[in-house]
Amino acid sequence: MRGIRQTLAAAVTSGLLMSAAAAQDEPIKVGVLHSLSGTMAISETTLKDVMLMLIEEQNKKGGLLGRQLEPVVIDIASDWPLAAEKAREMYEVNGVDAVFGCWTSVCRKSVLPVFEELNGLLFYPVQYEGEESQRNVFYTGASPNQQAIPAVDYLMEEEGVERWVLAGTDYVYPQTTNKILEAYLKDKGVAAEDIMINYTPFGHSDWQTIVSDIKAFGSSGKKTAVVSTINGDANVPFYRELGNQGVAAEDIPVVAFSVGEEELAGLDTAPLVGHLAAWNYFMSVDTPENAEFIETWHAFIGDEERVTNDPMEAHYIGFNMWVAAVEKAGSTEADAVIDAIVGVEVPNLTGGTAVMLPNHHITKPVLIGEIQDDGQFDVVWETEDLVPGDAWSDFLPESAVLEADWTDPVNCGNFNTETETCGGAQAAAN
Amino acid sequence: MIFTDFLRRHVMMIAVALLATCGGASAQSVEDLVRQLPKGSYSDRAEIVSQIAATGDPRAANLLDALAAGELNVVEATGQIVTLSGRGDPLDAVDALTGESIGEVAKASVERIRVNNSLRRAVRTAVGQLTLMSGDANTRMTAARAMFQAGDPDNVELLDEAIAEEQNAAVLQVMEEARAVAILRSDAEPAAFAAAVDTIAARGDRQALGILQAALSSADADVTPTIEKGIADIQGRLALLDVGQNVWYGVSLGAVLLLAAIGLAITFGVMGVINMAHGEMVMLGAYTTFLVQNFIRASFPELFDWSLAFALPAAFLVTGLIGIAIERGVIRFLYGRPLETLLATWGLSLIIQQAVRTTFGASNREVGNPSWMSGSFDFYGIAITWNRFFIVIFALIVFAALLLVLKRTALGLQMRAVTQNRRMASSMGIRTPWVDAMTFGLGSGIAGLAGVALSQIDNVSPNLGQGYIIDSFMVVVFGGVGNLWGTLVGAMTLGVLNKFLEPYAGAVLAKILLLVFIILFIQKRPRGLFAQKGRAVEA
Repeated sequence: MRGIRQTLAAAVTSGLLMSAAAAQDEPIKVGVLHSLSGTMAISETTLKDVMLMLIEEQNKKGGLLGRQLEPVVIDIASDWPLAAEKAREMYEVNGVDAVFGCWTSVCRKSVLPVFEELNGLLFYPVQYEGEESQRNVFYTGASPNQQAIPAVDYLMEEEGVERWVLAGTDYVYPQTTNKILEAYLKDKGVAAEDIMINYTPFGHSDWQTIVSDIKAFGSSGKKTAVVSTINGDANVPFYRELGNQGVAAEDIPVVAFSVGEEELAGLDTAPLVGHLAAWNYFMSVDTPENAEFIETWHAFIGDEERVTNDPMEAHYIGFNMWVAAVEKAGSTEADAVIDAIVGVEVPNLTGGTAVMLPNHHITKPVLIGEIQDDGQFDVVWETEDLVPGDAWSDFLPESAVLEADWTDPVNCGNFNTETETCGGAQAAAN
Repeated sequence: MIFTDFLRRHVMMIAVALLATCGGASAQSVEDLVRQLPKGSYSDRAEIVSQIAATGDPRAANLLDALAAGELNVVEATGQIVTLSGRGDPLDAVDALTGESIGEVAKASVERIRVNNSLRRAVRTAVGQLTLMSGDANTRMTAARAMFQAGDPDNVELLDEAIAEEQNAAVLQVMEEARAVAILRSDAEPAAFAAAVDTIAARGDRQALGILQAALSSADADVTPTIEKGIADIQGRLALLDVGQNVWYGVSLGAVLLLAAIGLAITFGVMGVINMAHGEMVMLGAYTTFLVQNFIRASFPELFDWSLAFALPAAFLVTGLIGIAIERGVIRFLYGRPLETLLATWGLSLIIQQAVRTTFGASNREVGNPSWMSGSFDFYGIAITWNRFFIVIFALIVFAALLLVLKRTALGLQMRAVTQNRRMASSMGIRTPWVDAMTFGLGSGIAGLAGVALSQIDNVSPNLGQGYIIDSFMVVVFGGVGNLWGTLVGAMTLGVLNKFLEPYAGAVLAKILLLVFIILFIQKRPRGLFAQKGRAVEA
């Protein structure tokens, strides 16, 4: 009896050893978790393509740790509970080592528990509202202090704006961003009656009332600007109504945080010339890295007309950071990568470098671009230095005291600097 | 950075001052100034723009207009400023200032001169100064409006000159208003100040209100009552205008709802088929518009303004035929089984959406507005956009045409006969399956027409239809199933109600309140506004 058990144990061990040996030659699996159908497909399909391109390019360079990379693409169909299920499937069925995915905050929030439970890695490439830092997530998009705040500074200083319309779609990103902006503006001495906040449902298409309200608000004699966190499809009819009602950028400029090259592709941009967008990357940025990236992208997708945009750059940075961290750690194992990735530096596409910070956000330049009649942006202003991403906004009283630091000894996503306690999920392993 | 900026600006000013003192009137020639346009920071270039305007050169206005429109290019080798025409590569280049042709240039050898908002504002003011005495009344009007926007106290003298010469009453009025703004922003004597207040108060729009409110803070105590009276007058007028504006917005939203719902009023209202793929027919109509426009752009660019006229029959045919195919292929097996029809058409809608996504890609497609559908016109102070205006007209025409088909044609008669009593109609020799197919085709075709109209105000993306399907059902159920007039009244009521709620409740809450209203209404009148009566209803 005992003999049998020993043989069995030996067989199991040798089996494990063999599979470990085999793993050396097996490809490293990289999960791509984006919506390829449903409402968000418009934005996310491109990100899936760019991930495939990055993986292909890495394989051409000889892969990673001597192994080839293999993409695992799963469509989450703009369905957030499904996203959580599919994230689990990626780890438990497909055995991926890292996941690049999600666009909306609600997607990220839905998959978060899965990544925590399975100790996975998620690289999230889109600008978001901040107020979050998780051990298993890397935020390669902008936090509010890397997009919204500098944009408002630009309008205030360069255009002399005194009256503000904060217009957004009714969900968590615009609401939190507007809350931060409102606090920031009041901090700067803007009176409450000079701020108008307006929310609209997803996919709103009848902008007549709102545009005429903006016109009315803007005719008070003080210079007025619109800060738009309007998401996705709703932008096209909004800009059309602006153009048709004769709101020119010279009079009331609109600065948008969710309108990039991809969104403008569906639009006749002639009436929009001069409206602004704040991003950390524009396709028109003139650097050798960007030229190479665009060339590779066009060759990969087989269409010279396709544009590149900010979240694509975020994936580019995130992927390269993951590659660098895996090489540094010598392993794809999550804990090793999480330890290795903080401090990793990779070049971005605008001529600088991105550094992974202890709070799992990265450093980025902030660029303000004006829409041109060819659907591209012309950079009219940029920050002199790279701006480090701040997980917890300094302009909201409840989060000003919080810090995120995933290195020892703090190892906490929301460390209260006043009470010196960790408010939420601590790294369970430590 | 700030320091260097400061230095640069001052060096600039000193240079200008030097030139002004040394060269006197012949400061810098326009030619020299124009050559400086591509270089330097935006604020430096704005300075150059105002210098160009100050030369008063008659050619400068066109050049500056071209600059603002982003049409100026610099030939990198020679520094010459040119405008380009023609397509492809090389392009024909014309000297921007003299208008002389300089032959062909390769695309790579020129660079577009970039402009931003502050530069465009500078150009607008500069062109206004230059063209205030132009021979053409329209140009003078634009110039006067630019002066009004700028409201710069320095322009008072220039405006005085122009006002003395002006013959056209409309232009004269705008010039007077522009002068009044300039005076309100300067420290003029009280009498002139009071006169300016009157002029602005007479203008009576929101901008006037803003100007007066701003003037209130800097005004003397004795003119304050005049300003306050002006503000009160304008506010009273605007309150009235707001009501009119909301009615118009409501009607135009109602027209969109009507267009989206009217096809459904046939397939759901008349035939009783719960057609969840209705929105996708609208979407296919919009994509047909896209394809027609693309074809016209490529082959007959001069016909672009008429592209919608070609798109209408094309969209009607395409979606009508697809509708007939759906009826023959799926729905006819499911008559009398509403739940299965609902599921089958829901499935179809997903299939069509994904098929379009695979064929055309997930991103939005660009459908252009013909020039006659862009911009807006002023109707007693209400800005009415042309695209909304034409959509209202179009919706009413479609409604009238459909009514005519139902009441005055053989097909319409047969359709009504079949819906009222299928077996009787069949016994009278009407081919009911054929009528069913035609009716469904008609409903789908009209959805396609709606797609053409909606492509002008909404995104052309695979999700286009989804946004309208709920609204369409809402309108049809609210108006009364099986009654076209009900659909019209229902759409307009919901549109106007929504637009009156929106300013107070916000867009999100307005929509919720509307749904609550409909739920309550349906509790009270389950058959909608215009309920069908008689035995047919019970069958």
